[in-house]
Amino acid sequence: MNAPAKDDREFLLGLHERMVLIREFEDRVKFLFLEGTMPGTIHQCQGQEATAVGVCAALEPGDFITSTFRGHGHALAKGLTVQEMLDELFGARTGCCKGKGGSMHMGNMDKGMVPGIAIVAGGIPLAAGMALAFKLQRRPQVVACFFGDGAVAEGAFHEGVNMAAIWNLPVILVCENNLYGASTRVDKVMRNPRISDRAASYGFRGETVDGNDVLAVHEAAQRAVAECRGGNGPVLLELLTYRRTGHSRRDACHYQPKDEREAWFSRDPIDRFAAKLLERGDVSAADLAAIKARVDAQIGAGVERAKAAALPALSELTEDVFA
Amino acid sequence: MKRQGIAEALRDGIAEEMTRDPAVFCIGEDIGVPGGWGGAFTVTLGLAEKFPGRIIDTPIAELGFTGIAVGAAMMGMRPIADMQYGDFLFLASDQLINNAAKMRYMSGGMIKVPMVMRAPVGATGRGSQHAQSMERYFIGVPGLKVVAISTAYDAKGMLKAAVRDDNPVMFFEHKLLYGSKGARAEPGAVDATSDIPEEDYVVPLDRAAVRREGTEVTILGWLLMAHFALAAAKELSAEGIEAEIIDVRSLSPIDYETIGASIRKTGRVLIVEEGPKTGGVAAEIAAGIMEHCGESLLAPIVRVASADVPVPFSPVLENAYRPDVPRIVEAARRLARS
Repeated sequence: MNAPAKDDREFLLGLHERMVLIREFEDRVKFLFLEGTMPGTIHQCQGQEATAVGVCAALEPGDFITSTFRGHGHALAKGLTVQEMLDELFGARTGCCKGKGGSMHMGNMDKGMVPGIAIVAGGIPLAAGMALAFKLQRRPQVVACFFGDGAVAEGAFHEGVNMAAIWNLPVILVCENNLYGASTRVDKVMRNPRISDRAASYGFRGETVDGNDVLAVHEAAQRAVAECRGGNGPVLLELLTYRRTGHSRRDACHYQPKDEREAWFSRDPIDRFAAKLLERGDVSAADLAAIKARVDAQIGAGVERAKAAALPALSELTEDVFA
Repeated sequence: MKRQGIAEALRDGIAEEMTRDPAVFCIGEDIGVPGGWGGAFTVTLGLAEKFPGRIIDTPIAELGFTGIAVGAAMMGMRPIADMQYGDFLFLASDQLINNAAKMRYMSGGMIKVPMVMRAPVGATGRGSQHAQSMERYFIGVPGLKVVAISTAYDAKGMLKAAVRDDNPVMFFEHKLLYGSKGARAEPGAVDATSDIPEEDYVVPLDRAAVRREGTEVTILGWLLMAHFALAAAKELSAEGIEAEIIDVRSLSPIDYETIGASIRKTGRVLIVEEGPKTGGVAAEIAAGIMEHCGESLLAPIVRVASADVPVPFSPVLENAYRPDVPRIVEAARRLARS
């Protein structure tokens, strides 16, 4: 199945709806968390919706992604349901990981998503290994490996990327550069902050893309997927984006300068894409309002069900340790 | 039936598993280089020619190739990873402990990680960083199985069982037991050869082995210490003390059924461990014995282990570090008479 042409109205509205779903999901989760009804901690991705949606829209259902502690958007983009994710966040046995994963380890292998790897860069060698399996098995799948700018400083980045390079593995290395590793700005921890430059030093192609432009991301991801499927992987995509919320639950982002925040907020991926859609002539404000209403209803119903979902039996504590 | 050492038995076991199942492959440093060594201890020598493309040499990147093995295992492969020296497992521990061991649990049972991590351990004249007994660091990690082999028969049978197991298995080998010849021979090596059957066999990953029956004291050991305990039993027998020797072999889970049966018979137990006494496997076994069959003990549990120091280089000091036959004999004698 080829992705529909980008001028396909339904496809574009689908991208928009998926981004709105992520935004509204995250906003609702934040509310539930502050309200005190949701346990645990959260790392959210408001403002980064275009990276997840643009990349995952370029993948086939049989392709895999690996993610990080900030994985809600990736999960929704890869096709996990609102319900299985909300149930997981409420620690319910009906969650995508039976309540054993939680926010940071969201995943569902049937939908091509490995539970989030919450150790920075820990998913990079893992994704390379998955890609090695595909290569050894002569299967056509690819892996998209999401990580942040902070991961580039880890040894695991170097080791995993180098092996992906020497064996031409079908892995798309997706760096969501949101300018901050937790609270530390990227230019304080790397002399060359152009992360895509690193690809050349390993002998493969990298490119930097406007990560708040979902179509630009999608096109770059399609190119990368085609190269990887053709045996010419890996590819490094640096997607420039910005996190609208704190690193984790109680972070007020005082380290993000006001003018920087405003500049990025004016380039919000959802607002920009909505404006582009409205320019087309065949998409109306009412169409977008209907999408928003549909998403809100979906999440609202999901929250009600998740709050009432069955919790794990205590006997499940010791299940699923060994196969 | 043929007589083989551990390195040869492992090599045959790996080759047979690779022939049986195309999902099995080996990954590690210097394991398949033409004209090379076949791994630091010759275990994979010649396999690269036999299985083109399936003996994968990696950069010197232990964390990286361990993560690669975990990811490949998640996608249906059955990697046998080769850690050149056990000490390097610290570099790989994030992938082993945070990913391999937890992936099944975190995913609510969706994922299997059928991989084997082979690692040589033991003090062998190489100073502090190519010498540690690493098994202690992994027995407390839920999701990992840990075995430590001391004979060629077990090496082959447990390797095969580990490859066929759907869980990550830490597979510890001792450098003085490989029986490698020529340039890779180790001074001070101990004979661990076995008669190896021609037919396919496996040795379970969760059973200890009674190596010698006795009545007065139970001595537990694994790897090199299982051999030293047997040698000690011979000397003790000459003095009229019959020691029962158990090769613990499975370090996680520990086979308290076999151990308990012995202790209920002897009432006395000595645990021998190469490695610092504090925080070792012996401490865990001692606590487990108290819980499983403590009421059968006629005397307090005794441990013979290394001093709480890094492994020293000077042969005089290294010999003092490593528990030896005289120390085992002395401790067992005292225990038997207590």
